[in-house]
Amino acid sequence: MQSNDYIQFFDGGIEPTLENLGGKGSSLVTMTSAGMPVPPGFVVTTAEFDAFMDEAGITAKINQLLADLDPEDTAQVDRVSAAIREDICSRPVPQALRDQTTRAYESLMSRFDAPVPVAVRSSATAEDLPDASFAGQQDTYLWLDGVKAVTEHIRQCWASLYTSRAIIYRLKNNIPNEGLSMAVVVQKMVNSRVSGVAITMDPTNGDRSKITIDSSYGVGEMVVSGQVTPDNIVLDKVTLAVVADHLGDKHAELVPDAGAKRLVEREVDAERRGRRSLTDAELTAVAQMAKWAEKHYKCPQDIEWALDWDLPNGENLLLLQSRPETVHSSKPAAQPTATAGGYFGGISSPAPATGGFSLGSITASLLKPSA
Amino acid sequence: MSLKSFPKPSELTVPAGAEGWEKIYPYYLVFQDKLKEQEDAKFWFCDSQHWPTVFKPFETIGGEFAVKCLGQYNARHLMIPNANGIEFRIHLGYLYMSPIPVPEDQIAARVPLFEQRIGHYFQNWEEKLKHWHVKVRGTIDEMERISFPKLPDIVPMEDITSGKGKDGSEKLLESYDRLIQLAYQNWQYHFEFLNLGYIAYLDFFNFCKQVFPNVPDQSIAAMVQGVDMELFRPDDELKQLAKLAVELGLQAHFRNTDDVDATLGAIAAAPGGDRWSAQYDGAKDPWFNFTVGNGFYGHDKYWNEHQEIPLGYIADYIRRVDEGQEIMRPVEALIVERDRIIEEYRELLEGENQAVFDAKRGLAATAYPYVENHNFYIEHWTMGVFWRKIRELSRMMAAEGFWSGPDDLLYLGRNEVRDALFDLVTGWGVGAKPIGPDFWPEEIERRRGIVDALKTARPAPALNTPPESITEPFTRMLWGITTEQVQQWLGAGETVEGGGLRGMAASPGVVEGLARVVTDADQLSEVQQGEILVATVTAPSWGPIFGKIKATVTDIGGMMSHAAIVCREYGLPAVTGTGSASTTIKTGQLLRVDGTKGTVQILDAESLEELLVTGPGAHSHSHV
Repeated sequence: MQSNDYIQFFDGGIEPTLENLGGKGSSLVTMTSAGMPVPPGFVVTTAEFDAFMDEAGITAKINQLLADLDPEDTAQVDRVSAAIREDICSRPVPQALRDQTTRAYESLMSRFDAPVPVAVRSSATAEDLPDASFAGQQDTYLWLDGVKAVTEHIRQCWASLYTSRAIIYRLKNNIPNEGLSMAVVVQKMVNSRVSGVAITMDPTNGDRSKITIDSSYGVGEMVVSGQVTPDNIVLDKVTLAVVADHLGDKHAELVPDAGAKRLVEREVDAERRGRRSLTDAELTAVAQMAKWAEKHYKCPQDIEWALDWDLPNGENLLLLQSRPETVHSSKPAAQPTATAGGYFGGISSPAPATGGFSLGSITASLLKPSA
Repeated sequence: MSLKSFPKPSELTVPAGAEGWEKIYPYYLVFQDKLKEQEDAKFWFCDSQHWPTVFKPFETIGGEFAVKCLGQYNARHLMIPNANGIEFRIHLGYLYMSPIPVPEDQIAARVPLFEQRIGHYFQNWEEKLKHWHVKVRGTIDEMERISFPKLPDIVPMEDITSGKGKDGSEKLLESYDRLIQLAYQNWQYHFEFLNLGYIAYLDFFNFCKQVFPNVPDQSIAAMVQGVDMELFRPDDELKQLAKLAVELGLQAHFRNTDDVDATLGAIAAAPGGDRWSAQYDGAKDPWFNFTVGNGFYGHDKYWNEHQEIPLGYIADYIRRVDEGQEIMRPVEALIVERDRIIEEYRELLEGENQAVFDAKRGLAATAYPYVENHNFYIEHWTMGVFWRKIRELSRMMAAEGFWSGPDDLLYLGRNEVRDALFDLVTGWGVGAKPIGPDFWPEEIERRRGIVDALKTARPAPALNTPPESITEPFTRMLWGITTEQVQQWLGAGETVEGGGLRGMAASPGVVEGLARVVTDADQLSEVQQGEILVATVTAPSWGPIFGKIKATVTDIGGMMSHAAIVCREYGLPAVTGTGSASTTIKTGQLLRVDGTKGTVQILDAESLEELLVTGPGAHSHSHV
């Protein structure tokens, strides 16, 4: 299925706008088109929300309800919030819009051998909602199966525009209720076979010519929270040659239990513990992705990644998160300055420069004890 | 913890039949009983990279001239602050070396001299290198003019009328002395720029290691290596000839290239053949002054004397062109990749480090190509002419009855040859029979027996107790003798997962394929498309087979060994300096070569057990 006004696939090739896709949605499309493979999915655009609200004809009524609210009167706000959300969730979605969503969902599912669970999350535009954590956490619904569950939760995301907290935030910040809209992201749940983090430097010394990768089995939580000792690999950033390679113990892994819709911890057998969790090709792919993210964001990155069970080899590496590396990047570059004179600076004669540097530095490097 | 050691020279077993081997070499080349204590206190490593097989007495000339001249540039010309030359000895037929450090208290005084001297060279690089080519060509041209004709029965009449007053034997003696002198001269020139090339490289190397901790050695090499080097010219000439032959439709005439005259004759007679012949003749001089060996042995074959070798390569290239393969090296892609690597590392630097990086890399990139290119002028061209002249002399003396084999002169030391020549001119001059014909044949047979017996054993990788760490810069650079390498030889190094060999990660990439073990250039024709070449050491003239193989594994050599450089050039994985690949791996075994990590795994399960009980020195192996 092609992207259109109401549905935009991450890899649909349409230039994203914040207005149509919200912050999260447009970021996922941007990352996908920059070659950073996020878990596949689509965005139900603000146009669909707008069309739904138009059809329902409730916008004027909502705005009237909100008009006279006192942000300090939380009981009143809660009542109004509940009424509005109830109203939104009970209105039927027009058949044409519903068909769009259904086709998009089926198109996403057709990329896999069997239907896979998805996450549905709200993607607010600009200042409509307080902050990313609010939007990101409150309105993320995980492990959803089937189109019915998906459409239901899309409507819940729409309704989340009118949670008490959102209403109070807008009142306090003088943000008008007119023109409010909401996009919704529908994205494949990551089914991690192997996952971990990658930092586009050597965090032990701030050396930016390296990429450091931690990798273990299952979902990345255990790596991030330090519950397992992952494999630790340092690669040269330019050539991607392995510089150091330490095998971690990786005694346990978190894997999704689709039936129970949660993660379960299980022991990793000796054979899998005894070898590196990434093949050479996968290792190179992770490093390339990290390098790409750094180039895209123009500063050292700390990324979370996963290899997905449900995707074919070569397309199964997913970027879950990329954020600036802050520990070293905030410091001035950790590079030593070149030895000028150095070891023998004192006795080295101020010899004529050769191609712009002192011969003393040649002498010094020759005399270095561990040349 | 007791320090692990290599055997002392006296602890090595003399192979049966090699008793008395010491006496076939000059006294100053063998370990002395009276110096045992001092000599045993030093660490000696075997240079089997340049001298993989046993020296015949005459052949020590290459080792002596090369290592002596290397040393003089450290110790007398450039005054390298912390490194003098390298002492060397022959033990059981192989060359062992021991670098000589500069005493701590003398280092400081050498620094200003060193900087003044290298400063002069680096500032006048182009001009001096141009002059170098003139000097070296002059030596070669003079060598070419030397000949060793049979002495005349009678002094010619014109020598009587001109009042020359000499019988011509003085010319024979002079020609021999001059030939030796000229070889010595070009070996001195050989090192005039070589040590400087290494110094510039090492300087950039150390800078990179400082600003990019643990940066892989191959990244540094990739940033300074010339892509279009003179050393690749001979091979490139053959490729061009192959393409021209295809263009002119001459393929049919390359069916039996072993018959050189018939092949060249048929081509010349064919339509368009004159154009091909003209290009062939142009390529021959000088690019066929190219040996399948390394220039250090009298048995090395040179293309211009064995044209079936280059013709065979051309025939193979023709076949590949006809099959639609691309035979030219991916020069443009290599330049793009090299520039990418340079630019990406450069961008990681900030402030003045970027300028320092540019300056140091620039100097290394200027100076470094010499390290490969000189090889053509000395090892190939000079030594090709030298050995040809020596063979001419040997045949002349064989005709005089001094020995029976045409190349038996090689069983005499070079100063013994001078004695034999005086013996010849004396006998000839006085009208009597020289003594040599009754002395040398038997002595040569005895020595041949010793040399053959010595060849049945491989050298020890090193002798005596190694220092705790190897820091001498040239030893590390030229021979790849590092602390880790020595530990590896001693069996204390990291083991390779799943069993296998570890060496230097000389050219990146991972491949699997079947092994082809080659211990002699004559076996090169056996190499099949897609095999992995396993060799003691490789030589530049093996170039044509690098287009055929998937990867290279060698016993000997570092990051800057020939195999490493050529593999990076061809984009093939290489693991060098494994110590024992050519003796532990068998032709036909399935290998996994990881040139990024420097490991070689033998994937045939059955062969694994055998691998574990074999090691350097544990194998008797006959070379050539």
